[in-house]
Amino acid sequence: MSTEGEVLVLGGGGAGCSAALHLAQRGVKVVLLERGLVGSQASGVNYGGVRQQGRNPAELPIARRSRELWGRLKDITGTEAEFTVTGHLKLARSDAEEAELIAYLDVAKQHDLPLRMVGRNAIHREYPWLGPAVVAGSFAPEDGSANPRLLAPALAQAARAAGAEIREHTTIVAQHHAAGQFELVSGAGETFRAPVLLNMAGFWGGAVAEAFGEPVPVKPLSPNMAVTEPVPYFIEPNLGVVGGNVYLRQIPRGNVIIGGGHGESDPAVPWARPLPEVTLEMLDLAVQLVPELAGAQVIRSWSGIDGKMPDGIPVIGPSRTTPGLFHAFGFSGHGFQLGPAIGAIMSELVLDGRTDIPLDAFRIDRFQPAA
Amino acid sequence: MRIAVVGAGPAGVRAVEVLMAAGHRPVWIDEAPEGGGRIYQRPPAPLQRNARTLYGFEAKRATALHAAFDALKARADWRPETLAWHIRPGAKRLHTLHRGTQAVVEYDAALLCTGAMDRVLPVPGWTLPGVTTLGGAQIALKAQGCGIGRRVVFLGSGPLLWLVAYQYAKAGAEVAAVLDTTPFATKAAAAPGLLRGGATFAKGLFYVGWLRAHRVPVAEGVTPLAIEGGAEGVAGLRWRDASGREHAVACDAVGMGWGLRPEAQLADLAGIPFRFDALQHNWVPVRDAAGRTPVAGHYLAGDGAGIGGAEVAELAGARAALALLQDAGQAVEATTVARLDAALARQQRFRAALDRAFPFPAHLAAALPDEAILCRCEGLRAGELRAAARADNAAGPAPEMNRAKAFSRTGMGRCQGRVCGAAAAEILAAELGQPVEAIGRLRGQPPVKPLPIAAPRPAPEAVP
Amino acid sequence: MRLHRLRDADRPRIALTLDGRTIEAQQGDTLLTALLAADAGHLRRSEFGDGERAGFCLMGACQDCWVAVEGLGRVRACATPAEAGMAVKRG
Repeated sequence: MSTEGEVLVLGGGGAGCSAALHLAQRGVKVVLLERGLVGSQASGVNYGGVRQQGRNPAELPIARRSRELWGRLKDITGTEAEFTVTGHLKLARSDAEEAELIAYLDVAKQHDLPLRMVGRNAIHREYPWLGPAVVAGSFAPEDGSANPRLLAPALAQAARAAGAEIREHTTIVAQHHAAGQFELVSGAGETFRAPVLLNMAGFWGGAVAEAFGEPVPVKPLSPNMAVTEPVPYFIEPNLGVVGGNVYLRQIPRGNVIIGGGHGESDPAVPWARPLPEVTLEMLDLAVQLVPELAGAQVIRSWSGIDGKMPDGIPVIGPSRTTPGLFHAFGFSGHGFQLGPAIGAIMSELVLDGRTDIPLDAFRIDRFQPAA
Repeated sequence: MRIAVVGAGPAGVRAVEVLMAAGHRPVWIDEAPEGGGRIYQRPPAPLQRNARTLYGFEAKRATALHAAFDALKARADWRPETLAWHIRPGAKRLHTLHRGTQAVVEYDAALLCTGAMDRVLPVPGWTLPGVTTLGGAQIALKAQGCGIGRRVVFLGSGPLLWLVAYQYAKAGAEVAAVLDTTPFATKAAAAPGLLRGGATFAKGLFYVGWLRAHRVPVAEGVTPLAIEGGAEGVAGLRWRDASGREHAVACDAVGMGWGLRPEAQLADLAGIPFRFDALQHNWVPVRDAAGRTPVAGHYLAGDGAGIGGAEVAELAGARAALALLQDAGQAVEATTVARLDAALARQQRFRAALDRAFPFPAHLAAALPDEAILCRCEGLRAGELRAAARADNAAGPAPEMNRAKAFSRTGMGRCQGRVCGAAAAEILAAELGQPVEAIGRLRGQPPVKPLPIAAPRPAPEAVP
Repeated sequence: MRLHRLRDADRPRIALTLDGRTIEAQQGDTLLTALLAADAGHLRRSEFGDGERAGFCLMGACQDCWVAVEGLGRVRACATPAEAGMAVKRG
């Protein structure tokens, strides 16, 4: 059996589903191939932070564009995926961390990202439930959070409605490029052909890139996530810390979602689990930030697999080896917020040959030694 | 060899007995302060412990098991009131919690005897104070000397329905009605197979006969409609009889259950695959007849490995321990192995007849009204799960159980779907028009039960 | 919900409090028994506004009988022995 398209998207995370949606909206015959269900790995199991502050400056133009799409998500997909603008409060627990927050204010200003420093006197007055370990914070009022379990499926559903073909349970076992056509073969023996291929396969995107002669040093990354039982709602902002070893947010239903550190995984299965020791350590860190969490019960924990690049920012842009191939993978644990914009950017790269967003920092050959 | 045994019910006790006789000293974990499991749970002092009163026909068996437990616990590495909240089969580590203290148990072989709980069908009103499982109603009486109310309706299906009703009536509670959802004809058709059960079957008949003789209202083939009441608790139950007539019975408590389902969360976390047992209508972890699983070094026994009852659990516990020893290269007596294998095979034939006699009424679960609460933990209604499966769901229709959980939060609460999972699967399957085994099962996630966040410790890097 | 003491109902009495009110119980009671055999009626309220709860499985599985005990934190009432002087809060 064989399926022809104009664009094949490999990987049904938030970014891949958004790419399928944006391409289909512009009349492209697009086929998205996903090994499991859409949003099963990094896009579906992550913390759900819709955060701009603290990002690598190179990511901020993408984050700004994505934030605009998040604001229209309900119009785009029919659901806001529980996106709530709670603000993101990044906390410092030492002088050095506070200095980092202050230094970032300039970065934010350059990218028109609203950001407000909450100093030593104000932080405990404004957020009386913060523990004594916290010395300062910076507050990004436009940031917030959403439900990661809904984003990719909702984008995929919208893409279907726009005419995209979303093929779940389709594992690709071989890929070739010849005579201007990509040919991908599934485990069930089905062939998919198109002149354009978008490699948006998360950690597994590394293997795809390698198959086309441009290997990158991508490693699996498994966020260590847990959630508490519902407790009375009191933590409004999405909380992070300088250094990122713990992050937490509370949803109005009362559950507190806590992340920190990394779990164990086997991408070959694929299989991922939080590590008990890491869970206990991140709970210790969480309760230092918010002492009132002591005694609340953790009711579930989970993990999934993302791709981590050595410099912590993704690969985005055209292949250097294969015309018609474009990459967007290796989001290194913070791609959820970017997903909607990545799809838009990829559609522009394919259809317009350009995008307004500067992508040079993300080029795939940046890890090769200079000639 | 470091061996960990989780569970000190009938399977765990007999397993530890075999292991200790072979010269091992296992780490032995149970959430309860004492052994015996739920079936032979002992009342705390100063409640009396008259085995005849507490366990009826099972008094001898219970007494023997307690005696075995008491003799073993002093010599084993016995860890009562301890929750095994996570297991890592690759690293061979169990993570435990005892009164707020975390510990890690490293093992070479683990034998999981984690028991079962009631399988329940939500009924409109089932979250009202005064509604318990049949097992819960029995524990109230057995371990605490209490009835769940003054005037109790027992609703459900299976041997426990009649046994608990009998025990309540004997103890002096008013049994307002015994409502069996299984039609008489279904049980009659399975009767020839049930005869294999010998004494077990006779006991079942005795309870039914005793209740009828004592003029306890009983009905078969019923459809429960609603449990009614308010903030004060249960006031009554409405039901429909086999001929379609509606009835209302006043009561202040309802005990309900439809057989048992394995508490197999640790087996799940240990990576043991599950299969749908069509006869039991339960997902059960995969194991061979001796209790070996596809995950090397991990063994299963008792109801946690598939419902068989206490007698089977004792046999299976001993057999799995022998399998563990055999795999470790230790000599075991072939005659003992053969005797256990034969007894287990015999029991399996009776169990199959029992499962045919009391099939899970999947149609009742699938028919739960939209506005009825399905997931007690999250306060979610059946209609919310159905909506997640419909084509007009904004995120698309959920094609299987875990996606439906992700979309609707059904099964995401404190109990992780232990209570609502069986019914939720029927509702989703019916909505999707699929057989229930095709839509999968809720995956277990650590912790097995809620884990408290410890109090803050001083932050080492805190700067004043 | 009110548990009905059917057997062994004359054990030494102990007193504890529920939300500040004195509850008389008996030695050997679990917290669930102590509260529901007295006139507590329920143990917690659903966080989602669908009413009172008073436990369900009584064997530590359903997670529907959580209460708070001063000094102990949150506990399952069905699996916690009642002790004289305990200060219990619902939920």
